[in-house]
Amino acid sequence: MAILLIAEHDNQSLKAATLNTLGAARRLEGEIHVLVAGAGCAAAGQAAAQFEGVAKVLLCDAPQYAERGAENLAELVRGLAANYSHVLVPASAEGKNLLPRVAALCGMAQVSDVVGIESADIFVRPIYAGNALATVKSIDPIKFLSIRTTAFEAVGVAGTAVAVETIAAGPELGLCKLVGRELTRSERPELGAAKIIVSGGRGLGSGDNYRRVLEPLADKLGAALGASRAAVDAGFVPNDFQVGQTGKIVAPQLYLAVGISGAIQHLAGMKDSRVIVAINKDPDAPIFQVADYGLVADLFEAAPALTQAI
Amino acid sequence: MKVLVPVKRVLDYNVKVRVRADGSGVDLANVKMGMNPFDEIAVEEAMRLKEAGVVSEVVAVSCGVAASAEVLRTAMAIGADRGILVQSDADLQPLAVARLLKAVCDREGPALVICGKQAIDDDANQTGQMLAALLGWSQATFASKVTIADGQATVVREVDGGLETLAVRLPAVITTDLRLNEPRYATLPNIMKAKKKPLDTLDPAGLGVDVSQRLITLKVVEPAKRSAGILVSDVAQLLEKLKNEAKVI
Repeated sequence: MAILLIAEHDNQSLKAATLNTLGAARRLEGEIHVLVAGAGCAAAGQAAAQFEGVAKVLLCDAPQYAERGAENLAELVRGLAANYSHVLVPASAEGKNLLPRVAALCGMAQVSDVVGIESADIFVRPIYAGNALATVKSIDPIKFLSIRTTAFEAVGVAGTAVAVETIAAGPELGLCKLVGRELTRSERPELGAAKIIVSGGRGLGSGDNYRRVLEPLADKLGAALGASRAAVDAGFVPNDFQVGQTGKIVAPQLYLAVGISGAIQHLAGMKDSRVIVAINKDPDAPIFQVADYGLVADLFEAAPALTQAI
Repeated sequence: MKVLVPVKRVLDYNVKVRVRADGSGVDLANVKMGMNPFDEIAVEEAMRLKEAGVVSEVVAVSCGVAASAEVLRTAMAIGADRGILVQSDADLQPLAVARLLKAVCDREGPALVICGKQAIDDDANQTGQMLAALLGWSQATFASKVTIADGQATVVREVDGGLETLAVRLPAVITTDLRLNEPRYATLPNIMKAKKKPLDTLDPAGLGVDVSQRLITLKVVEPAKRSAGILVSDVAQLLEKLKNEAKVI
């Protein structure tokens, strides 16, 4: 049986999370078909055909997929799912919104946030905010998996492109309408895909301080900016900056935690980073227990000094 | 308009999670349990809609063991008008809960279901979306603002990269994100009043729902611990380590 992967894209190219999900799909046996559904998404379909491990691209180009609402997409995927042993999405906001709807329409379970694939039907996933890892066996004929992208390597581009097959669209259910999007515009890398992340917490004291202290440091390092829940709740930065169990799960090469105490729910979102650096004036802050390099210092002196020195 | 709010009894969010040594699961014996925090936000949102005159009745539903009645009392202390316990000792997984909730919706006929986006025990983030699918309703997940008018809900959602606003036709399922509201504390008089509010008990067989497990847990282990590294004395030493030892910059 083949594997269906539902791509996340911006009509032109695939989002990074999809490439990690492809990495997970390659751990399974069976050829991988990538569904690119959208409106005006032919370029993304061509892009998908270039990646390693992809056997075929299914392109579904119709106006009802322009807004990527779960209702219409789930109907489309429901119709395809019976031909597959596994259906995969990245565990992103879009994947989390979509896949349970598809699984329920098919009357089957979903395994969320897969971090390990042991066999065709046995998967590892975090529970209790990453405080425990459960190994679960799915007994349903189709395995619906959302993939924790930081746990799998992204695939690269293959030498040749595979075929792109156009498929018929599903119904327009008319259940919901997109009114607007307010996306945070930034020249910096995306949190989920960044090699270096500079993240700030309550210790920064205000949004102004956050920007004044961390933005120059992030710019020097070519890093993405993140934040703890405390910093987001206090209104220093928008919600999509949040790293943690209920925010984004990240695993960059370098995670620089500035003025972050290290609440469990924050650690759950970044503890798989390769190297963790903590700058905090409180030597007892829990963040130091996971940091490779800790600097007990006033962040308002240490962070600018670091920016200067790099 | 009636609103249904599913609430789940979970390990209290302040309690340290202990994995049983035999790998069979997380130790829940003699530990404090409480309402899933995302569900508290859902109850609060339903109450705000009721106080705004948009909603006439708030019904809290919990699926689980007999002690789940406690979280229904908590929901009623926050303000829910009544509670429904779907009692089962089985390990209820998201699809089973969604099917039970669908059966309750078929009996109750709410125009809106507000759920927590995920429970902090299994972290599945599935039940609301599955319920919407089974009912054939629209869904607005990860809500940070909800406005109801003229038979539709306008919902601001937290998505990757920012916010998105959806207009969904009612009936619909909304799932709550952290910043939707800050739940009120139940006052003592309201806790006392909640004890007298009606609480019905149903069971899966009576609702005609098969709740058998689709996912079998083989083992539960603690994740590998990350060991603490070293403290550096100053910025210069930190930079030297990052360049020459870790080689990350």
